Amino acid sequence: MSEINAQSGLEAPLLEVHSLTKQVADLNLDSNQPLVILSDIDFAIQLGETIAIVGPSGSGKSTLLGLLAGLDTPSAGKVLIEGQDIFSLDEDGRAQLRAEKMGFVFQSFQLLPAFTTLENVMLPLEIIGVADPEPIARGVLERVGLGKRLQHYPQQLSGGEQQRVAIARAFAPSPHILLADEPTGNLDRQTGQQIIELLFELNQEKGTTLILVTHDMALAQKCNRSLQLDGGQLQTSVNP
Amino acid sequence: MKARILGLSFRLLRRDWRAGELRVLFAAIVIAVTCVTSVVFFTDRIAQALNFQASELLAADLRIASNQALDEKYWQEADRLQLQTASTISFRSMLLTGQRSQLAEIKAVSELYPLRGQLKISHQAFGAGVPAPSIPERGKVWVEQRLMSQLGVGIGDEISLGVRRFIIDAFIQYEPDRSGDLFSIAPRVLLNLNDLAATQLIQEGSRIQYRLLVAGHKKAIDRYRNWVEPQLQRGQRIEDIKDARQEVRIALERSQQFLGLAAIVSVILSCVAIAMSARRYAERHLNTCAIMRCVGAKQSQITRIYLIQIISLGALGSVVGCLLGYLAHLGLYKLAGNLFMVQLPPSSYWPVITGVVVGLVGLLGFALPPLLQLRNVPTLRVFRREMGTLKPASLTSYAMGVFALALLVLWQADDIQLGMTVLGGLLLSCLILAVVAFLMIKLLKWLLQLPQLQHRRGVWRFGITNITRRTALSVTQVMAFGTGIMVLLLLSVVRGDLLDTWQRSLPKDASNRFVINIQPDQLDAVNLFFNKSFDESFNKSFNAGFDESPDENSEAGFDKTLNDSEKNSKGDFAANDVVPQRSAPPVRQDTRLHPMVRARLIKINNKSLMVERVEGDRAQRLAGREFNLSWAEVLQADNKITEGKWWSVDQTNGHSSQQTFPPQWSVEEGIAKALDISLGDTLTYQIAGEEVSAPVTSIRTVQWDTFRANFFVVAPPGVLDHFPASYITSFYLADEQTALLDRLIRLFPNLTVIDISAIMTQVRTIIDRVTLTVEYVFIFTLLAGFAVLYAAIQATQDARIRENAILRAIGASRKRLYQGLAAEFVLLGLLSGLVASVCAAAIGYVLAEQVFSLDYHVNIALWVIGLLGGAVGIGLAGLLGTRQVLSKPPLQVIKTL
Repeated sequence: MSEINAQSGLEAPLLEVHSLTKQVADLNLDSNQPLVILSDIDFAIQLGETIAIVGPSGSGKSTLLGLLAGLDTPSAGKVLIEGQDIFSLDEDGRAQLRAEKMGFVFQSFQLLPAFTTLENVMLPLEIIGVADPEPIARGVLERVGLGKRLQHYPQQLSGGEQQRVAIARAFAPSPHILLADEPTGNLDRQTGQQIIELLFELNQEKGTTLILVTHDMALAQKCNRSLQLDGGQLQTSVNP
Repeated sequence: MKARILGLSFRLLRRDWRAGELRVLFAAIVIAVTCVTSVVFFTDRIAQALNFQASELLAADLRIASNQALDEKYWQEADRLQLQTASTISFRSMLLTGQRSQLAEIKAVSELYPLRGQLKISHQAFGAGVPAPSIPERGKVWVEQRLMSQLGVGIGDEISLGVRRFIIDAFIQYEPDRSGDLFSIAPRVLLNLNDLAATQLIQEGSRIQYRLLVAGHKKAIDRYRNWVEPQLQRGQRIEDIKDARQEVRIALERSQQFLGLAAIVSVILSCVAIAMSARRYAERHLNTCAIMRCVGAKQSQITRIYLIQIISLGALGSVVGCLLGYLAHLGLYKLAGNLFMVQLPPSSYWPVITGVVVGLVGLLGFALPPLLQLRNVPTLRVFRREMGTLKPASLTSYAMGVFALALLVLWQADDIQLGMTVLGGLLLSCLILAVVAFLMIKLLKWLLQLPQLQHRRGVWRFGITNITRRTALSVTQVMAFGTGIMVLLLLSVVRGDLLDTWQRSLPKDASNRFVINIQPDQLDAVNLFFNKSFDESFNKSFNAGFDESPDENSEAGFDKTLNDSEKNSKGDFAANDVVPQRSAPPVRQDTRLHPMVRARLIKINNKSLMVERVEGDRAQRLAGREFNLSWAEVLQADNKITEGKWWSVDQTNGHSSQQTFPPQWSVEEGIAKALDISLGDTLTYQIAGEEVSAPVTSIRTVQWDTFRANFFVVAPPGVLDHFPASYITSFYLADEQTALLDRLIRLFPNLTVIDISAIMTQVRTIIDRVTLTVEYVFIFTLLAGFAVLYAAIQATQDARIRENAILRAIGASRKRLYQGLAAEFVLLGLLSGLVASVCAAAIGYVLAEQVFSLDYHVNIALWVIGLLGGAVGIGLAGLLGTRQVLSKPPLQVIKTL
C-alpha cells in the first residue's frame, strides 16, 4: 500500500476521462432533440485517491459511474484506465478489464439470492479463475464481520449485513478501482455510518482507488475529492 | 480456463438446483426421456431377441413351408449337403376327453425337432421346464398347460385326436418356434410324426402347414437355399431368420410405431414445459448475468456457463430418464410381453442413445433459445431493472426445436407418409384443442361480464379472472391436460363403448361356432346330426316321426346308429334310411353346409397376378394366399348384390336341376376393391393343378358380423363341383348346448369346431392388453401435462406471490386466498376435462357413425370422468404447486418489491 502511495503522483493518472458525453433519444414525442445526460466531462483520478461524485437526482451521477466501469458506452469521449481506452475494447474486453481491475458496491446490494454469503463473495474470484477461491472469500467475510454468516442466504441477512457481503465481494479480487453507487442509500444512518467506515478502512488496507456516488455530503467530505455534477455537467472539482 | 468455466458452471448449476430453480425443467426432461426409453427398451429387447435368437425362434437355420406335402427331393438334397433335417406338420383339430372337446393346434414332429433351440417340458403342472431329451414317444403327446383347465386333464390322462388315443406325457413349458400365446387361439398339442397317419386327420380341404426344417453349416445352408429357390412352387416358400416369428415382427413393428408415436406426444408436452420453465429460469437469471458481467464475466463465458449447465442437466436428466425408462419398460413387458413370448436378452445401447438424443433435443431446442439471450443482458441492468428483458417467445425462436421434434416424429413413424400424417394430425389436434380451449376461456370471460355476475365477489370470480387474464398460458395448460385426459378417455371409456355397442349390435342369433373339415362323404350324416340335435330343442313335434323310440333319441342310440354305419363306410351312413323325407327340415338353425374348394387366384383378365406388384398390404396378402371358393344357387340372406346380377335359373339351359349355369364369379365388394376387380373382369383360379376362368358377373356386400359362413368368391353350381371339396357350416350354440359339440366330435373326429365367442374373447383380451399398454404410455402424457402445469405455475409464481402479499396486507384472509387459488385450478381442470370430453365424444361419434357404422350413444360416464378427473386432479396439483404463494409473510414479500 505504501508503495502504491509513494508512487502516486509520479505515475500517469490511473483513470482519465476526456470529453465524455452521453445522449439518449428523448421519449417525449414532441422533442426532436436528444436528451443530454452527460456533457463533455473531463477529469483524471490518481491511484489510491478517494473520489465522491455528488449532485442532485437526475444529474447523471450513476450514468457517469456506469461509463467509468464500461457498463455503458458513451455518445462521445474517452475513458482511459491505466492508459487503455476502455471503449476501444469490445464488450468482453471491458468485462475482462472489470474482472481484473474493478470492484462494485451497489445501493441495492445486488447479491444473488440463490447463493449463500460465501458463494456470493466467491463469484468474482471464480470468474477470474482463482484456483481456490474459498479461503480468500472466507478471509474477506471475516474481515467484514460476517465470519459466522457464511452459509446464510441474502434474504436471511439485514440490509447492513447484505451491504457488507457486497463490500466483501467487491474487495475479494483485490481490485485497483472500487466503484460504489450510493452504498448507504438503502441503509439507516447508523448502519450507513458503519458501512462507510468499513469501506474506507478496506480502501486504506488494500490501497484501492475509491470512486463513489453519493447524496450524502458527510460521506463526500471523507473523500480526497468531490466531483459535482449538475444537469450532466461537471461543475466543480472540490478538494476538501 | 475451460476447466475453470466448467467448474463454475457446475457450481452455479448446483446452487440453482439447491434453490429449486431447475426442478420442473429437470422433471420435464426426465418425463420425456423415461417415456421414450421405456418404449424403446421394450421394443429393442424384443428386436434383439428376434435377431439374436432368430435360429432358435425358427427351430432351424432355414425352413421350407408348404401347404402341400413336400417332395422327397428336398430331403435328398439336404442329405447330400450333409444338413440336418426334421419335419413338422401343423394344423388345427379337435381333442376329445371323456365328455369334452377342445380345439387344439396340433404339431406332429419328426426326430431331431427342434434343430435349433430347445423344447422345455415338465412332467408336473406348473413345474419348472427342463430341456426335452427327444420328441414325444409314439402314443404320447405333450400339451400346453392351459389344456389342463380347459379339458380338466393332467399327466397320464388319455385324450383322443382323430380316431387315435394318446396319453398326456408332459406339459410344454417353452416351444422355441411358438407364437405368442395371445396370437394362438388354441393350446398346442405336440405328437410324434409317426402317429399322425393313425389319427386320420389329414384329409381333403384341411388347412395343413408342412415344414421341412434344415440346419447346418452356413455355406451348406446357402447352397441349399440356392438349390431350393428355383424349385419352389406356389404355396411354398423359404422361411429364414428374417421370417422367424413373422407375427411377432409385425406386432413389434406396429408397437414401435404406435407406442413410439404415443410417447412423442409426451415428449412434445414435455418440450412445452421445458420451454416454459427455461424461460422463467432465464428471466430469473437476468440479474445474475448482469451482476456477473459487472464483476467481469465475458459474454462468451456466460454462453459457455449456460451451455455447459444445460448439457449437464440434459445428460443427468437423460441418465435418470433412462434408468426410470428401464424400470418402466418392465411394466410394459408385464402388460404386453406375452403378445411376443420371447426370452428377452439384455438391452443394447440403442435405448440409451435414443434417450440422450430426446433429452438433448428437448433441452437444446427449447431451453437454449431463452438461455442464449442471457449473454446479451446489458450490464446497466444492475442500475435499471427494466433493461434487458427477454424477447417475447416466438415460434421462430423455437424453430430448431420444432424442426427437431418433427424429425423425431418422422423417425419414430419410420414411414414418411405415416410420419407426415401424424405430424398433420398433431398440428390439427393442437389447433382444434387450442381453439376449443380459447373459446371456452372467452366464454368464461363473457360470463364474468354478465351483470348478474359482475357484482358477485365469490372465489369463483377470482379464479375465473386469474384464468382469463393469462389467456395464452391458460390455453397452453388446457391443451396439455386436454390431450392427456382425452387420450385416456378415448382408450378407456370410448373404446369400451364402441366394443359394447358393436357387440350389442350383433344379431342375437349370430353364429358363434364354425364347423369345418366336413368331408363330402359325411354330408348326410352331419346334416342329420344337426337337424336332429337342433330340432330336439326346437320342434319336438316335427321330429316325432324320427324319434320312433326314446332310446333312439338318446345320445347312446344316435352314436350307435352312426357307429354301426361307420363300420361300413362314413359315406354310407344312411340317414335317409331313418328319415327318408327330410329334404328341407324347418330347423331353427341355419346349418346349411357350404362347400369349399381351395384355390389360388393367378390371373386377372388373363394377366398373371404378380403378388409383389400388388399395391397395399392387405391386397398383397389376399393375392398371395389360397382362397376358399364356394358355390351356391341362391344368394345368402346376409349378402346383397351391389353391381351386376346374381345368377338365376333362367341362365341355365332350362334344367336347373342339372345345375348347368354358365361359369361366372360373384365377388365380395371389399376384396374386389382391394384387388381392383371390376364387373366383367375375368378371374382365373388354379384349383388342384387346373385353371378355371370365368367372368365376374356380380359384386356383393356381405354382412360379416352375422358370423355365418361366407365367401369372398362364389360360383354357381356346376363350375367347381368336380374339384375336391370340404364343407363348412356355422350356427349359434347356447351355452347349455355345448355338450352337443362334444357328441359331434366323438361321432366325426376329423371335424374342427371353431368357437367364435372364444376368438372374440381372445380378440378382446388382445385389445384390452394393447389398450392397457397404450394407456400406460399415455400416463406419461398426463405426467408431462403436470410438468406443463407446474411450469405455468412457476411462470406466474412471482406475480402471484406479490399479488397475494398485497391482498393479505390489505386484509384478505389466507383461507379466502386459498379458496381463490383452488377455484382457479379446479376451473382449469374443469375446462381441460370439458375440452377432453368434447373432443373424445366427437372422435367417438365419428368412429361410431362414420367408421364402424354403429349408433353412437352418449355416455354420461365420459363427461363425469373427464370433468371430475380434471377438476380433482388439476385442482389438487395446482394447490400443491402454489402452496408457497401464501407461505411467505406479506411483509417479507413487500420489502422486496
